[in-house]
Amino acid sequence: MRTLKFILQKELRQISRDPAIFFILFVMPMIQLIILPLAADYEIKNINLGVVDHDRSEYSRKMINKIISSGYFRLKDYSNSYQGSLHSIELDKADLVLEIPAQFERNLVKENKATLFIAVNAINGVKAGLGGAYIQNIITDYNQDIRSQWIQVPRFDPQPTIEVTFSDWYNPTMNYQNFMVPGILVMLVTMIGSSFASNNIVREKEMGTIEQINVSPIRKTQFIVGKLIPFWMLALTVLTVGLIIARLVYGIVPLGHYLTIYAFASIYLLAILGLGLLLSTYAHTQQQSMLVSFFITMVFNLLSGLYTPIESMPGWAQLLTRFNPVSYFIEVMRMVVLKGSGLADIKNNILAVLGFAVFFNSWAIINYRKRSG
Amino acid sequence: MRQFLIFVKKEWFHIWRDRRTLFILIWMPVAQIVLYGFALTNEVKNSRIAVLDLSNDPASTALSQRIDASRYFEVIRYLHSYREIEETFRQGKIRLAVVLPKGFGDDLLHSNHAQIQLIADASDPNTANTLTNYATAIINDYQKSLNQDQELPYQIRAQVRMLYNPELKGAYNFVPGVMALVLMLVCAMMTSIAIVREKEMGTMEVILVSPLRPFKIILAKTIPYLIISTLNIATILLLSVFVLDVPITGSLVLLIAESILFTITSLSIGLLISIGAKTQQAAMFTSMMSLFLPTLLFAGFLFPVENMPLPLQIISNVVPAKWYYIIVKAVMIKGLGIMSIWKETLVLVGMTVVLLIFSISRFKIRLG
Repeated sequence: MRTLKFILQKELRQISRDPAIFFILFVMPMIQLIILPLAADYEIKNINLGVVDHDRSEYSRKMINKIISSGYFRLKDYSNSYQGSLHSIELDKADLVLEIPAQFERNLVKENKATLFIAVNAINGVKAGLGGAYIQNIITDYNQDIRSQWIQVPRFDPQPTIEVTFSDWYNPTMNYQNFMVPGILVMLVTMIGSSFASNNIVREKEMGTIEQINVSPIRKTQFIVGKLIPFWMLALTVLTVGLIIARLVYGIVPLGHYLTIYAFASIYLLAILGLGLLLSTYAHTQQQSMLVSFFITMVFNLLSGLYTPIESMPGWAQLLTRFNPVSYFIEVMRMVVLKGSGLADIKNNILAVLGFAVFFNSWAIINYRKRSG
Repeated sequence: MRQFLIFVKKEWFHIWRDRRTLFILIWMPVAQIVLYGFALTNEVKNSRIAVLDLSNDPASTALSQRIDASRYFEVIRYLHSYREIEETFRQGKIRLAVVLPKGFGDDLLHSNHAQIQLIADASDPNTANTLTNYATAIINDYQKSLNQDQELPYQIRAQVRMLYNPELKGAYNFVPGVMALVLMLVCAMMTSIAIVREKEMGTMEVILVSPLRPFKIILAKTIPYLIISTLNIATILLLSVFVLDVPITGSLVLLIAESILFTITSLSIGLLISIGAKTQQAAMFTSMMSLFLPTLLFAGFLFPVENMPLPLQIISNVVPAKWYYIIVKAVMIKGLGIMSIWKETLVLVGMTVVLLIFSISRFKIRLG
């Protein structure tokens, strides 16, 4: 126990005298948490609309107005030919082109039906799918308006109709930041924790100070635990700074308990830091350990469900996410912050990261050799 | 010339003999393409949902079966009360709940008007939107099948054509983005670390007293990375054509030429970073903050630039990856020629020239 105290003292002094520490603890989280959520806005709006109106009738004009006033579309291009509007898609000026054929109004009134043509730039599949669905909904709405102008609405529906009502739970204003900020905070804590831990032992190797530790009466377990605790405290501080920023800047107050988040985070961090130390025991140079931990964190982040939903992934990738500690924390963070889940709801996740923590740390202890070379 | 080649050879050995780093450099693009191409999609399929059927009549059963049968949804649970909805959501098991109220079939039969409630887990607003859209479409379909013989008067039909990517695959969007990301990483980050390492280890002195001119020293450092990145471009293109089925519709020569241009841009950024940084860790950190994150954020393949606040949109213009991304999309997927992308190409050429002139003029041949 006394040995451990000395190691802790050494590590804490080393960290607190690092000039970069203030920057990493406070400035980096602020920059990331303030810029990333502003940029990471997946919401599909501001779809650039090109219109080719061969009809130029009252009906076509009203329809275009209705589409633009929906707020999803911006009229960016108004051309005379379909070719011209296709060109504007090629130049990325328009994302979606609506072509209204000549005689649109006449056909609709006289022949009871008219057809519109819509072309969507589908390179971004999600944007194209949603944009197409939005415009079709607006057109159906407009269709209903016209129908009710011509036909007296009967008291009972002539055909069976099903009315669909929507409720959006947990995020009724559909605010994307409520979803992204907790996830980005997880990514931040993970990146800082793992990069610090993975660089640490290898730095002692490169600088030669590891020799001193190798000849001192410190057990392997004490050494690893002594390395772990300071970074654990460091990462929890980053988490606290992040939660304060989330509250002050974005007004995000977890529905669940802050204690639930901390309880989970403290186990989770043991797993992530253990992984970092494990990498550190294998690497020979700082460059190697940086590159490897960068690569692993990248894969972890991509497969975490932060950017794209896990259910959309194919089976093998979903299986991989089960071995990714980050995905458990992101899920927990979102559940606690947005849905108010408690410890009972997240017990499986706790067990999973506990498993990781034990696994990585024991491996790190076994692999750490007090012999050099 | 011979001296120069010897320097290139020396740099090549640096890379070639560090097998772990080389391994990652070669395999990183493969891992990225596979992950982005297959694992990262926003496509919704087999989303887990729950049905609360309070009426249990033929109509409601038929409708919930229809929803279950679609490739978008998988009903994992039939609930019995409103309270259970809340519980299932909180455990994170479902994304959407469909509520068929009491007397659904009766209402439909007698008053021709019935209601359905869709409750979405909107903590992820986009997925929630997509799911409700799909569910509504299925319900509308069902409704149409009920009154198939009657046609509504004054019908406006919309024919939608999806250009370039009719199956709405995510890979079309990601492949150009991954190309930008990988080239940026390999060229800029690795070059800057390689130069700074010489400073840190003290071997820079040896190089500086050699008879080669500083300009050529720098050039020699960049050439091995140019070779590796060409290899990476080839890997990415082969994978995207043969594994992801994303065809190269435009000119391959133009695509490769533009990629080499972007590689040179990235290399000159790497040089600039290496001039400022004193330690490897600092070089790595600067590359991460000033290259990797901006490329991920502002290139436009992960997050739509047009949604960002105006200051960020303006910043995005100085990120070279943004222009390269536009070029690759135009050439590879839209199949356009140089005439449509000369402006973007010019921007990249301009950036490269400015960066190169700046960093070569700042490259000091004196230490300390």
